[in-house]
Amino acid sequence: MIAEGGHYALVLAFALALIQSTVPLLGARWRDPALMNVARSTALAQLLFVGLSFAALVTLHVTSDFSVLNVYENSHSAKPLLYKITGVWGSHEGSMLLWVSILALFGGLVAALGNNLPLSLRAHVLAVQAWIASAFYLFILVTSNPFLRIPNPPMEGRDLNPVLQDIGLAVHPPMLYLGYVGFSISFSFAIAALLEGRIDAAWARWVRPWTLIAWIFLTLGIAMGSYWAYYELGWGGWWFWDPVENASLMPWLAGTALLHSSLVMEKRNALKVWTILLSILTFSLSLLGTFLVRSGVLTSVHAFAVAPARGTFILLILCVFIGGSLTLFAGRASSLKQGGLFAPISREGALVLNNLFLTTACATVFVGTLYPMALEILTGARISVGAPFFNLTFAPLFVPLMIAMPFGPMLAWKRGDLLGAMQRLMAAGMVALLAIALAWAWARGGSALAPLAIGLAAFVIAGAASDLAERTGLFRVPPANALRRARGLPRSAWGTAFAHAGIGIALMGIVCETTWNSEYIGTMKLHDSIPLAGYQFTFDGMKERQGPNYQEKAAVFSVAENGKAIAQMTPSKRSFTTRGMSTTEAALLSRGVSQLYISLGDTTPDGGVVVRIYHKPLVLLIWFGPVLMALGGLLSLSDRRLRVGVPKPAKALRALQPAE
Amino acid sequence: MTRKQRRLTIIGCSLAVLGIAAALVLNALRGSIVFFSTPSMVAQQHIAPGTRFRLGGLVQPGSLVRGKNLAVKFEVADGTAKLPVTYKGILPDLFREGQGVVAEGSIDSSGVFRADTVLAKHDEKYMPKEVADELKKTGHWKTDYSDYGGKSGGAVASEANAQAGQGATR
Repeated sequence: MIAEGGHYALVLAFALALIQSTVPLLGARWRDPALMNVARSTALAQLLFVGLSFAALVTLHVTSDFSVLNVYENSHSAKPLLYKITGVWGSHEGSMLLWVSILALFGGLVAALGNNLPLSLRAHVLAVQAWIASAFYLFILVTSNPFLRIPNPPMEGRDLNPVLQDIGLAVHPPMLYLGYVGFSISFSFAIAALLEGRIDAAWARWVRPWTLIAWIFLTLGIAMGSYWAYYELGWGGWWFWDPVENASLMPWLAGTALLHSSLVMEKRNALKVWTILLSILTFSLSLLGTFLVRSGVLTSVHAFAVAPARGTFILLILCVFIGGSLTLFAGRASSLKQGGLFAPISREGALVLNNLFLTTACATVFVGTLYPMALEILTGARISVGAPFFNLTFAPLFVPLMIAMPFGPMLAWKRGDLLGAMQRLMAAGMVALLAIALAWAWARGGSALAPLAIGLAAFVIAGAASDLAERTGLFRVPPANALRRARGLPRSAWGTAFAHAGIGIALMGIVCETTWNSEYIGTMKLHDSIPLAGYQFTFDGMKERQGPNYQEKAAVFSVAENGKAIAQMTPSKRSFTTRGMSTTEAALLSRGVSQLYISLGDTTPDGGVVVRIYHKPLVLLIWFGPVLMALGGLLSLSDRRLRVGVPKPAKALRALQPAE
Repeated sequence: MTRKQRRLTIIGCSLAVLGIAAALVLNALRGSIVFFSTPSMVAQQHIAPGTRFRLGGLVQPGSLVRGKNLAVKFEVADGTAKLPVTYKGILPDLFREGQGVVAEGSIDSSGVFRADTVLAKHDEKYMPKEVADELKKTGHWKTDYSDYGGKSGGAVASEANAQAGQGATR
């Protein structure tokens, strides 16, 4: 009954989405408030029914109802409760249901919180939101119904892929989807603006918080996915330039550009057309990501078993939405009025430069990801484009971007003073030179570029700090005054500084980890001892453990530093009987922000074991950086102007002048 | 500065950055892409020694020989041709005889493929997509390979292993 109920709720949500995608538009055309208000109620009702549908699938998984195909294929009665719940989105069908649930959640939020939006804008936004939702409901109902029954229910399920039986699955996909789908809001706003033919600074002010929320979740989702891959796959890599990772990086780059360009639009009423285009591109890239992952054109960690019909269907959705929105853009963009003037050297100019580099970097990732596919379709030749390609293209584009980054916040709007900014960044430059000198003196081996990259990271971090120091008047006015000024500083200024510093911190981690990591790979026998990076690793023996749905063979290592034992590490191999698969569970030991990492290979007949031991200096900074960036985003989100600065409806209607 | 000049400045900058990016992309595409071949394609096309490429096929049953210091030898077959492969390092969790494998490296002068990377996936039914397509094309596809490319996690043994394979510390 629960499965049928869930299915029925999904069909109802689809019907509601169809109403929501048409009636409010007619209402806007006829200027009928009652019809326009239909959008609000249908969006909320849609959220309710998708929520019910999702809850039904969760219930089926938790109660291990193996008469449902999706549960049978992805669950097992002995699986811990957490993985029964997270296993809901561990399959293709369930993850698509999560996708539409989050879409409905965002739609519902706009409906519930958008009381200060002009009525017709809200009607348009929610209608566009419902177009996307209808397409995906149809996709689920036609090709990927998670509620299908099996005629003769089996006694036991086939279990979830062991690689996914991890806390990472509870966090990574929902976060990533909140990011991907969150960009649908700025997309809907952009389409609504094009349909209405008017756009202004107030529009940017409404869009910005939604973009910011999506961006925060996407940042955290990508970082979480990277850390998960790092500890789960067992060889200590954290970014592989895998097409699926690129699929999440592209919307992130475009979304970051969008955040910055919408700032220009909000403050200076400029870059309108470009901001609209970026909103469309960002969500298009999110859709492309969904297509790449869900259509089966790629084989990767993320690809689920696929049927060709699904790929075709998603490709169709992709073409209709991207093609349609770009056509609309081409037709309507010229009707949007151009905004304020600015000199090339100015805050606006710096933000344009930021956009230029971010979108170009995004384009190189796009080429590297899709070129092999295009080539295979056109000529049949199969190639792989891996890390070397991206290191040669992506990195050179990020260097000037990061050099320019501290200058941006130092320049004034409209016309900036580059010389003054340079003077104010003198201290940060000194810190960078010092960092280069120190790295040079301490470096043993590794690339000559590494100290320079560390200098760049230090420059970015110190630049962010000197921006704050400059604004609060630290070192110039008495400390008490500076403290008062710091409290009075807009939260968005703190947000900018944190987010920029986060980039520098992540770069620091990346450079140190890739340049100075040390590793040992070989066979160790009982009581063998290996020195690595100042630590002594001793193999003390094997032990067996029994997990809920797996058997585990763990190796015990004792770690000593300067002859003193500091910890025990127990990497293991788990074998999952249901699927006959095994996973490698690495053992991690944090020393400050550096980590020791052991993972196991095969055991040899004479009682030895093949091991990989790594020392990864400052590796945790790679993920602290994005966390700091997300924190910056959060601070910026809590800025006063976004909370109370949005004009009230009556004023807003007057403020919105139609563009000629 | 007039609106026109400003616009020209911005367009000029954009074109410059895009030009640089295009140059970088073309340069990288020339130098760092790797082609995919199967043993029969290698036999037909005669790939020059030292050229890097990806070799895909099935691990020939009975061909795996483990040497000292993590050195391994095996043969990759695709039904019509076979190619011997040497590798030094830890093989991925689900590297098995009779299963699909993709190795990256180059052929040496004696006609042996020296792999520095071996890819296999975490699933007993997994078959790399390239290998499956190739097997289907040459008619060696069996239906019991079904579900290839299915729920799988990647595992890679990389070049780094090979270098440290002697048990030496870097």
